[in-house]
Amino acid sequence: MMKASKIFLFLFFISCVINVPAQDMSALVQKVKAKLDLVNDYVADGKMKTDVAFIKAPVGKIKIFFKKPNLFKIKRNNGISILPKGGVSVNMSSVLATKDYVALAAGDAMIDGIKTKIVKLLPMNENSEIILTTLYIDEADLLIKKAITTTKDNGTYEMQLYYGNYAAYGLPDKVIFSFDTKDYKMPKGITLEFEDNDKPTEAEKLKARKGRVEIIYSSYIINKGVDNSMFK
Amino acid sequence: MMQQVIEVNGLTKHFKNITAVDDLSFSVREGDVYGFLGQNGAGKSTTIRMLLTLISPTAGNIKLFGMPLHSHRKEILQQIGAVIEKPDVYKYLSAYDNLKLFARLSGVKVSEQKLMQQLEIVGLAARAKDKVQTYSQGMKQRLGIAIALVHDPSLIILDEPTNGLDPQGIADIRNLILHLSKEQKKTLVVSSHLLSEIEQVATKVLIIDKGKKIIEGESAQLFDPSQTIIELITVDNNFSLHQLQKSGWQKNLQPQREHVLLLKLDRKLIPQLHRDMVNMNIEVLSFQPRHSLEDYFLQVTSGNQHVDAFTN
Amino acid sequence: MWTLLQIELYKIFRRPRTYIAFVAITALITIVQLGLKVDGKEYAAFVMADLSNTLQIDGKIINGYFVCYVLLQLLLVHVPLLIALIAADMVSGEANMGTLRLLLAKPISRTQFILAKFFASTIYTILLLVWLAILALFLSMWIFGTDDMFLLKNNYAVQIERVDIFWRYAGAFCFAALAMTTVAALGFFLSQFAENSIGPIVATMSVIIFFTILSTMSIPIFNLIKPYLFTTHMVAWKEFFDVKVNSDNETIRGTIQRPDRLINSALILFAHIVFFVGASLYVFKKKDVLS
Repeated sequence: MMKASKIFLFLFFISCVINVPAQDMSALVQKVKAKLDLVNDYVADGKMKTDVAFIKAPVGKIKIFFKKPNLFKIKRNNGISILPKGGVSVNMSSVLATKDYVALAAGDAMIDGIKTKIVKLLPMNENSEIILTTLYIDEADLLIKKAITTTKDNGTYEMQLYYGNYAAYGLPDKVIFSFDTKDYKMPKGITLEFEDNDKPTEAEKLKARKGRVEIIYSSYIINKGVDNSMFK
Repeated sequence: MMQQVIEVNGLTKHFKNITAVDDLSFSVREGDVYGFLGQNGAGKSTTIRMLLTLISPTAGNIKLFGMPLHSHRKEILQQIGAVIEKPDVYKYLSAYDNLKLFARLSGVKVSEQKLMQQLEIVGLAARAKDKVQTYSQGMKQRLGIAIALVHDPSLIILDEPTNGLDPQGIADIRNLILHLSKEQKKTLVVSSHLLSEIEQVATKVLIIDKGKKIIEGESAQLFDPSQTIIELITVDNNFSLHQLQKSGWQKNLQPQREHVLLLKLDRKLIPQLHRDMVNMNIEVLSFQPRHSLEDYFLQVTSGNQHVDAFTN
Repeated sequence: MWTLLQIELYKIFRRPRTYIAFVAITALITIVQLGLKVDGKEYAAFVMADLSNTLQIDGKIINGYFVCYVLLQLLLVHVPLLIALIAADMVSGEANMGTLRLLLAKPISRTQFILAKFFASTIYTILLLVWLAILALFLSMWIFGTDDMFLLKNNYAVQIERVDIFWRYAGAFCFAALAMTTVAALGFFLSQFAENSIGPIVATMSVIIFFTILSTMSIPIFNLIKPYLFTTHMVAWKEFFDVKVNSDNETIRGTIQRPDRLINSALILFAHIVFFVGASLYVFKKKDVLS
């Protein structure tokens, strides 16, 4: 008898987890999306720091361009910019642009002292490049604090977003984008470097880390129109 | 007394196990045209190169202008002009540019006018601006001499200056040597393997062979006509010798060399000898008068045998 | 001494052979520039192939600074051969022409003569590098514009900011001058021992090619001798193009990753020059001029 009631309770719990919160989560995601939809386009100034194990790069000034639904471009002012492949997902609007997903609740978590809901987004389309996106949403302010995206080809990305002056538009002040870097070896013959295993300690130190791109937004110009040519 | 321009004592040079110059001593006075005679390979060039500091001696000492060469190299070389063997210069430069370059190396500033004058003297003025690679051997030789003279040296060393020249070129060089000696009062050292060249210009002669001094003497003495040697080839040398021994020419007979009879006599007596030989029925095939040095030199160079002493 | 140096330079620059090197460098550089101008994107894609699996690199990879780096990598292997052509001929060429005996019978000291000749070949070397800089750096900057430099090292890539590059090239060219002077000194030294130009030129080229191969090959036994080969140190100019990073892995402007290596290599090259010139002096002062 005890056993049966235990099983029943378990099934009940499961059904609660699956059914009831799932609907809630879709609504929450929609609310977040609605907030983001307030922004039709923006041009932002910022700084970008590329921190990839095997790349030494300077902090560079950048301009970020966005236009609904999913046009997104980072331009370094007169320089070379290094972004993870598929860098378009640095932008949350793009993640949420598609409607064909199932949003599942996966509990709560504290991020930077703020309580967030964990939401798993599963794309309906089987051919989608994104397999799974996990969002950590600050329910009170309708802000995405963290997102983890697993893709078919480009591994898993993690994004942490920090908000400030532009929180009302759902636009972050800082985004830290982490991604996996494959072990990387230069093909011989191209570099013409004489040294064989150069600077091993340095290289090892760098390799221990994940790849990170940090974007600090200093100012946004919102909804003033952006020409499509900027995204080419 | 005239100053000694060159004094060489006990000069020796070994190249590994070859002795190129062997205990050579000689001296050259101011105003001399010093003839330096020897076969190719006798050690003439090595000696001249030692005088010019191109080769360092194994032993011996050299004084030029009264100063030891090794300690006063710069002052000494300033006063020397030299053509060493082939007159090699920069072929991609013109005669004018070569001359200017070597004048500067000699430490003198020479005006363009002076340079052209110098080229005029050696007959190259018309082609002064042409590259040397277009020159004939004779022209190069003359340029070499112009280079040797450009800084107005008091001692001029010409090593085989007539090598590769045609008869006219040889005559030009000879006249130039005489001009430099007589008109400009230069001291000259002229080396050659040809006696004929030296005897026409030299005031003093040194013959070396295998690096050793064979003889050194005044031309007036060595080319003395009273010491003429007659080389005589007759139909029957034994008969001729017999006849001569019986005659008054007995005292003039020299030791016979192979099929040649040798007589030493004063040049003036040659007509008399002719007449006497006709009277003695000596049938002459060949009659060759030579002066003593020539005879001597031939022995050294052709027979390559040493004559222990040269006696008058 | 000054007169001697002037005369030596005059002789060098009056010879047609001298200009072969300038023409060769001009031809090589313009061909590479043309190729990169036409097919630069392909080249960049080829070089970046491995990286572009993970990363997306935007910007003018093929810019003047990068092109210059590519050119220097290629040419600093070949320029030594061109330098050998002149330096290894300095004394042997005079011997061959027959002018050596004429020169040394002049009132000039052998020490000054040798030093003047060596300095003349050094000046030639430097002029060749200046020409190289004009074509490889300034012409490339003009043709391709400037931007950040993105370089691939053996184990990592480096991005150097545009404003942080020019001084590195200035340094690299100075270092190259030192490296090439070492080559000139070697050629010069070998030139004492022959009475024809071909021998020392070929000998110098052979030494450089042989040592370069040893320096490049990654075979353990060769690795042991690598630090003792001057060719290994000749490529240390590349150290100028590696930057220090801070704890956040950001590059620090105006830094060099391994200045110690740079200094070490420079000192080793300098020591070689001193040795070769010193040995040349010693040999030449004792030399009997028989040519």
